[in-house]
Amino acid sequence: MQSDDVIWDTLGNKQFCSFKIRTKTRSFCRNEYSLTRLCNRSSCPLANSQYATIKEEKGQCYLYMKVIERAAFPRRLWERVRLHKNYEKALEQIDENLIYWPRFIRHKCKQRFTKITQYLIRIRKLTLKRRRKLVPLSKKVERREKRREEKALIAAQLDNAIEKELLERLKQDTDGDIYNFPIHAFDKALEQQEMESGSSDAEEKDDEEDEEDVGKREFVEDDEVDESDLSDFEDMDKLDASSDEDQEDKSSSEEEEKPLDAKHKGKTPLKGPLRRKRAYVEIENEQETEPVAKARTT
Amino acid sequence: MAKAGDKSGGSGKKGLKRKAATEEAQEAAVGEDGTTESGVQPPKTAAFPPGFSISEIKNKQRRHLMFTRWKQQQRKEKSAAKKKLKKEREALGDKAPPKPVPKTIDNQRVYDETIVDPNDEEVAYDEATDEFASYFNRQTSPKILITTSDRPHGRTVRLCEQLSTVIPNSHVYYRRGLALKKIIPQCISRDFTDLIVINEDRKIPNGLILSHLPSGPTAHFKMSSVRLRKEIKRRGKDPTEHIPEIILNNFTTRLGHSIGCMFASLFPHNPQFIGRQVATFHNQRDYIFFRFHRYIFKSEKKVGIQELGPRFTLKLRSLQKGTFDSKYGEYEWVHKPREMDTSRRKFHL
Repeated sequence: MQSDDVIWDTLGNKQFCSFKIRTKTRSFCRNEYSLTRLCNRSSCPLANSQYATIKEEKGQCYLYMKVIERAAFPRRLWERVRLHKNYEKALEQIDENLIYWPRFIRHKCKQRFTKITQYLIRIRKLTLKRRRKLVPLSKKVERREKRREEKALIAAQLDNAIEKELLERLKQDTDGDIYNFPIHAFDKALEQQEMESGSSDAEEKDDEEDEEDVGKREFVEDDEVDESDLSDFEDMDKLDASSDEDQEDKSSSEEEEKPLDAKHKGKTPLKGPLRRKRAYVEIENEQETEPVAKARTT
Repeated sequence: MAKAGDKSGGSGKKGLKRKAATEEAQEAAVGEDGTTESGVQPPKTAAFPPGFSISEIKNKQRRHLMFTRWKQQQRKEKSAAKKKLKKEREALGDKAPPKPVPKTIDNQRVYDETIVDPNDEEVAYDEATDEFASYFNRQTSPKILITTSDRPHGRTVRLCEQLSTVIPNSHVYYRRGLALKKIIPQCISRDFTDLIVINEDRKIPNGLILSHLPSGPTAHFKMSSVRLRKEIKRRGKDPTEHIPEIILNNFTTRLGHSIGCMFASLFPHNPQFIGRQVATFHNQRDYIFFRFHRYIFKSEKKVGIQELGPRFTLKLRSLQKGTFDSKYGEYEWVHKPREMDTSRRKFHL
């Protein structure tokens, strides 16, 4: 004889129920035929002899019903009705099958059916979209690769490799390139200056000789360039630029100037801290105040 | 007596620890007795019975002691040999034989038959007719689209921005759920030549897909050790808009050559030397290190470099013939760890 109350009294509260899962706040029912998966008196499929559920198999929804008349025949206990694919028609089917059944079960069945259709729609939508593929990583392989990468980095000696490559490219790219380094620039400009001053002095001399009497003795200034004149690096650069310009104007045509500039590679001489290639004496004048004081005292 | 002999042999070898000292004292006493008895000096050097190894000693402490002694002796012998060699070298001076080159993994690399010979005609012909021919013939100039996987986080976003400053003529677009297969025809119609997708996992970028657009090859890399600009120590100011030079190191095999071409095709041909910037792709043992520097020539033989820009390392995972297609693509090369990672001296790039 089926007595729901007795069953519930035993399983629900006092004795062990294998479908029951207890958490801190509430208990759940693991029974596959449970309507709401909570452990309640009204939603326990074991403690209600008249019960109905909605179950979903491979995208198809079925209504399962259990009545007390078949309680003695476990094989035929659950009656299955396939629900219509159309949502409204399926709801009508549920209503029609569960007519005169308790309100609670009818309501919960419809709720469950709605939820199931919603998640089926979602599944269909998601399968059409791109899905993120999760690739499993092997910890061993990852560790191995990380270690090998570190060793490869050390073996690579990147800075040295890059510097070597840049210097090699510099060496190869030499045709027509005016590569001015400070030392060379200094010497070159020096020569230029000497030549120019020599030529200009020569011109002056000629003029003077033409103007004044021939044979008159005169003291002429030295042709050598004074260091003090060239001590200023700025003047050096101006000289440099002017000499470069002269050279460029003389040697190349306009067409060649552009590629030359492009080839210049930005390797202009360091115009940073002044580089003194020759001995340079700096004189500082100090004001002495002591003798004045001494004079006063004495 | 055997025991005593053993002990004396052991202590005769090295007399360093306190135990040994006491043993030696004992041995001296025993020896004296021995001399009086047998008239034979106990040997100073080790007199182990043949076939004896230190690992056979059962006592852990004693075994450890013997092992340390043995190790010290080995070290002494080695340093003595070294000194001797050094002396010989100095004595010979210029006539000394050249120093032997140490073995490194790169020296001992397994010979790969696909290593490209620079004079190879077949390779040259291949290169002239492949997808990069139009780039190397100066017909097309690169235009790059940089994008990420879905929902990028801060690090990835910043990496994309920095990459776009490093690679000239590149644009960053974020995609919100768009499929790559749909992006690609749009890119082709807008004349993009390359597509870079930075894949992200757990808020760090970990993968790079480089796809040459009009039906070009697609390379998939694993990206690691990503350092953004602010994380680089001793870095220079931000890179300027000048087109950088490119350095491709160590791309020797056929596969490496094609990957190198892919990287080269990202940058325009005409580097602006005024900018003094250089982007380096250095391949070492199948790891490609990317660096971005600014250089200055201090003299004819000296150059100073300063790192700007992001840095990362790439490891090639697969190379596909067509554009990105994970399902139906034809793979030219796939990295299979179980087969390809077995030898420590075999590399593929």
